[in-house]
Amino acid sequence: MTSELDIFVGNTTLIDEDVYRLWLDGYSVGDAVALRVRSGILEQTGATAAVLQSDTMDHYRTFHMLERLLHAPPKLLHQLIYQIPPSRQALLIERYYAFDEAFVREVLGKKLSKGTKKDLDDISTKTGITLKSCRRQFDNFKRVFKVVEEMRGSLVDNVQQHFLLSDRLARDYAAIVFFANNRFETGKKKLQYLSFGDFAFCAELMIQNWTLGAVDSQVDDMDMDLDKEFLQDLKELKVLVADKDLLDLHKSLVCTALRGKLGVFSEMEANFKNLSRGLVNVATKLTHNKDVRDLFVDLVEKAPGPLGPLHGHPPWLPPAPLS
Amino acid sequence: MPGKLKVKIVAGRHLPVMDRASDLTDAFVEVKFGNTTFKTDVYPKSLNPQWNSEWFKFEVDDEDLQDEPLQITVLDHDTYSANDAIGKVYIDIDPLLYSEAATVISGWFPIYDTIHGIRGEINVVVKVDLFNDLNRFRQSSCGVKFFCTTSIPKCYRAVIIHGFVEELVVNEDPEYQWIDRIRTPRASNEARQRLISLMSGELQRKIGLKVLEMRGNAVVGYLQCFDLEGESGLVVRAIGTACTLDKLSSPAAFLPACNSPSKEMKEIPFNEDPNPNTHSSGPSTPLKNQTYSFSPSKSYSRQSSSSDTDLSLTPKTGMGSGSAGKEGGPFKALLRQQTQSALEQREFPFFTLTAFPPGFLVHVGGVVSARSVKLLDRIHNPDEPETRDAWWAEIRQEIKSHAKALGCHAVVGYSESTSICEEVCILSASGTAAVLNPRFLQDGTVEGCLEQRLEENLPAGCGFCHIPYDELNMPFPAHLTYCYNCRKQKVPDVLFTTIDLPTDATVIGKGCLIQARLCRLKKKAQAEANATAISNLLPFMEYEVHTQLMNKLKLKGMNALFGLRIQITVGENMLMGLASATGVYLAALPTPGGIQIAGKTPNDGSYEQHISHMQKKINDTIAKNKELYEINPPEISEEIIGSPIPEPRQRSRLLRSQSESSDEVTELDLSHGKKDAFVLEIDDTDAMEDVHSLLTDVPPPSGFYSCNTEIMPGINNWTSEIQMFTSVRVIRLSSLNLTNHALNKNFNDLCENLLKSLYFKLRSMIPCCLCHVNFTVSLPEDELIQVTVTAVAITFDKNQALQTTKAHVEKSLQRASTDNEELLQFPLELCSDSLPSHPFPPAKATSVDYSSFADRCSSWIELIKLKAQTIRRGSIKTTVTVEKTSPMGEGNFRNRSAAPCANSTVGVVKMTPLSFIPGAKITKYLGIINMFFIRETTSLREEGGVSGFLHAFIAEVFAMVRAHVAALGGNAVVSYIMKQCVFMENPNKNQAQCLINVSGDAVVFARESELEVVSTQQPAANCQPACTGGEVTT
Repeated sequence: MTSELDIFVGNTTLIDEDVYRLWLDGYSVGDAVALRVRSGILEQTGATAAVLQSDTMDHYRTFHMLERLLHAPPKLLHQLIYQIPPSRQALLIERYYAFDEAFVREVLGKKLSKGTKKDLDDISTKTGITLKSCRRQFDNFKRVFKVVEEMRGSLVDNVQQHFLLSDRLARDYAAIVFFANNRFETGKKKLQYLSFGDFAFCAELMIQNWTLGAVDSQVDDMDMDLDKEFLQDLKELKVLVADKDLLDLHKSLVCTALRGKLGVFSEMEANFKNLSRGLVNVATKLTHNKDVRDLFVDLVEKAPGPLGPLHGHPPWLPPAPLS
Repeated sequence: MPGKLKVKIVAGRHLPVMDRASDLTDAFVEVKFGNTTFKTDVYPKSLNPQWNSEWFKFEVDDEDLQDEPLQITVLDHDTYSANDAIGKVYIDIDPLLYSEAATVISGWFPIYDTIHGIRGEINVVVKVDLFNDLNRFRQSSCGVKFFCTTSIPKCYRAVIIHGFVEELVVNEDPEYQWIDRIRTPRASNEARQRLISLMSGELQRKIGLKVLEMRGNAVVGYLQCFDLEGESGLVVRAIGTACTLDKLSSPAAFLPACNSPSKEMKEIPFNEDPNPNTHSSGPSTPLKNQTYSFSPSKSYSRQSSSSDTDLSLTPKTGMGSGSAGKEGGPFKALLRQQTQSALEQREFPFFTLTAFPPGFLVHVGGVVSARSVKLLDRIHNPDEPETRDAWWAEIRQEIKSHAKALGCHAVVGYSESTSICEEVCILSASGTAAVLNPRFLQDGTVEGCLEQRLEENLPAGCGFCHIPYDELNMPFPAHLTYCYNCRKQKVPDVLFTTIDLPTDATVIGKGCLIQARLCRLKKKAQAEANATAISNLLPFMEYEVHTQLMNKLKLKGMNALFGLRIQITVGENMLMGLASATGVYLAALPTPGGIQIAGKTPNDGSYEQHISHMQKKINDTIAKNKELYEINPPEISEEIIGSPIPEPRQRSRLLRSQSESSDEVTELDLSHGKKDAFVLEIDDTDAMEDVHSLLTDVPPPSGFYSCNTEIMPGINNWTSEIQMFTSVRVIRLSSLNLTNHALNKNFNDLCENLLKSLYFKLRSMIPCCLCHVNFTVSLPEDELIQVTVTAVAITFDKNQALQTTKAHVEKSLQRASTDNEELLQFPLELCSDSLPSHPFPPAKATSVDYSSFADRCSSWIELIKLKAQTIRRGSIKTTVTVEKTSPMGEGNFRNRSAAPCANSTVGVVKMTPLSFIPGAKITKYLGIINMFFIRETTSLREEGGVSGFLHAFIAEVFAMVRAHVAALGGNAVVSYIMKQCVFMENPNKNQAQCLINVSGDAVVFARESELEVVSTQQPAANCQPACTGGEVTT
């Protein structure tokens, strides 16, 4: 006796969160069943392995059918085929677009192209994340990138509107898109100690202060590209190192601003000259694309000083805009 | 010119890409009704076209309005080649034809293509201007309301229940016409869909005409079925119960009507013809005179009967008056005569209803069923489908005579079905023989007095169990005892019925789903030989199914079955029998005896030991089941009860009429002769297997209950979460070792595993009950068995479920009396939940297991929608604001389920096979939904194999039903049923095809919490009638 066909269709589409996670994690039906068995669900419910197999298959089929809609979340909201309560819809979308820290660190700043996609095998082996899951995450990045690439207005808002993500996740995606667009190098060994959160924090500040949109919100409201003029202007910062008076003034201003707010304030104060020189050197070079890409490498190399990373706040990042 | 149909095409969305070059579509729409077609302009290069068309107006006869569906076709304009069809929408405009239902159809409909499935949606507005037509000879029946619900719909009152209406229409199946060889599958499917839509429209119109003829205004329990007879044609047939319904405006308005009969009581002489029905003149008059002039006795009743089978109509009260009360006898007899005369006029005194107004059902005799094997032949003249009519008439006659043999003049819970394999067809009909109260069968103004006197003798909660047949002249051997409730009348020891449990019945403990499953191998044969083989097998199948049911019932420690449905399916090389019913313990019936096992060879010691071991196991199971279902009947002194070992009472008659000799009627007595039915004799391994299989049925996991009736006996505190579902399984049998036993085991496992899967899938709803579990078996191919299950899971409040049975009994009695006054609508448990004494937990239901995370997610979506217009960059939204909006988002969600279309997202439409929605009141019936879809694929593998294909199709069917309901302005479908799900596959060719037919009633419901104001006022308003109601019943 073999089961040829075995389906369950509810008027309200049943979503099992645990199975959804297994599916998102890229497990095959067989692996998912094995994992569920290990979780002790059979003992809890008194079900048999065959029941579990059938249930898992069924959920996988549902998710597979929903996947097409998840690629354009507003469609999921307006479609008529699957009746899903709004809270569940939000959960489906949020989980689908969620990504692994380990994975995002591997592709952050890389061009979201076919070439990178070919490397997913290696990333999968390296991170232990299934290839299927890697592909989904990579495709998500790429899809969001494609949609918001040419759009005007706030990057975060655009992501949120077109993918209905939570605020936090939308901001993460804004960072990913921003990094991918500007191709910042993040994969060097020296940068390994930095988390995605650190980079996302930088991305947010850069979007707010360094992009075309930041300069003039009326004319060319673009969050994706760095403002070339602004980078050109950074050359002027040389005076902060060359002119002793300005250096002192700068130091006193910075110290006033940071006093009491920084755990390593005294070290910073003592090393201010070195730090400032390092930073200014990095800043003045940013007119070349190559140097823009190496921004974070340079920052770590040339302005590390004695300061370690502080609570996700990279020490070399200017605490306040200078312009 | 009786009607003007107006259609407006507003917009489309999510259209598929039809032009690969531009990734866009140039869509336009054709609107067709009858032979008239209109077109919209082409809306170029868009997947979300805004046509905003003018109003297309069709001026048509109301006959056409009833028959024809509105056809909307979406096409892609192509300058150089033929336009490509994107898909179609069929809209049944019937709901617009009666005044109380929907006034406009407006909304988004999925655009459906039989090859590609749903391809985007289209927004359509449809209106009908109907002119009054006073032509007496009209062919239309606009205005007759149709309900699938097999009880009097909630917001109506039954003035008269007229009785049975049936009709069938036949046509050639387009799939088998010569033209099918040259047209595309799509064209063929569409021709079929269109034809069936047309035929069901015609059928409905014809039934409507019959109803008007009977002076009714509605059909309740409308059941329409298709017989795909292949080469010989396509039959669409329908049965229903004609009624005159009154819309209930408010409970108070009804009260005078209810009281009036008692006032008039004295003015009405008893001998006045109580039947103003015009059809009943003439022959019945002498009979009625007798009724009045003589005290009831055997003699006159014999005069009244025309044949010997009518003997059992002898009023048993003639002899039993001592126990029944002195004045009760004559009145009861009078009632009987009256009812009989009212029903005698009808060819078939059948009722498709399964639940009745209080007091309607007087006695229940038992299940009557008939089957007949026919050979299909080509229907030569579709306009005169005489053979099919004759077949059914024959079966109905048989049912009628069975009912008469049981001393009953009517059949309730009546249904018909067919099973077709190649050119052999099994026609089946079944129902429950019953004695009815004439009050509802005639004009409601005169009778009252009779009914009230009658009720004085009928203790509530057990009356329907009392035998309607003559004790001394029993139609079959049965063991009778005095009723355990009133101790005045005789009751059988076991009761089988096809109806729902009457609301006033006194039940001990909870009920459960009981199934008998059976397979029998059959030699492959052609035509007549095949029909003969099947006819020969049928009685054995029937016998075994009954034995299994009886044994399982005993094993559960219960004594009655409700909602019994026996399905016999015929395949190439086997017959399948599946019986489902809900077992309960009726307080009025005696405690069932246990099951004794007896060995045939008592000399073998180890064998003896084995037997006693089995016996112990069985006894343990019975004890366990009694505990599980909380069956603990009060101890009763044995003096009035007869012998402690009950004798078999199980009965059923079977008609075997072969196509070649349909006159020959063989009756089969299933009552096991004089042998004690509950002694199982183990004389061979087969019997041993049978006993084993009895014990393999696993009870549902704790927190789960299941039944196939509307409501679960013993649970009456439903919460509002419901989940309707359809599950389909197909298994392939290994063709090698097919024995009856292997087959039985496979089939049994299939059903059991399916149930287990359902319990597992729905575990998050615990405590819950699967209601209206409906199994359908089909044998699409040689080695394939397909089982389709549709049911609804309803959550209930566990704490309130633990109330004692005594309290429940009292409550049900009380409810019965109050409901008697209150509206005569069906007193389902939920009605009482609105009373302040049973406060409803208001918020608990909608999201049981959604984490707080999910709540936040939902609010995100709400928030994003709000933000849509106010795009501002750089500003970082903190989570605090998100949290703040969270409760609002949740609130919106809840509201939406009650009032759809208020929000921009898709409104929730509930679907349920039940006639009610827990925790809510149905405020309006919008019309019947009856839809037929075909889906075909030539890329089965690419669509996820057979499972993927069917899963997607069923989901699409649900979506289309919901869309139609929403467009009518409704938010739920009740009495939903999937009548057909025919699935055929050809994996080698990578092809599959599926036909699905669904129906139900579109309704508007309102949550009880929203009706709180109304419900708190209601008890006060009802106080007065409730008191008088009490007087009447006691």
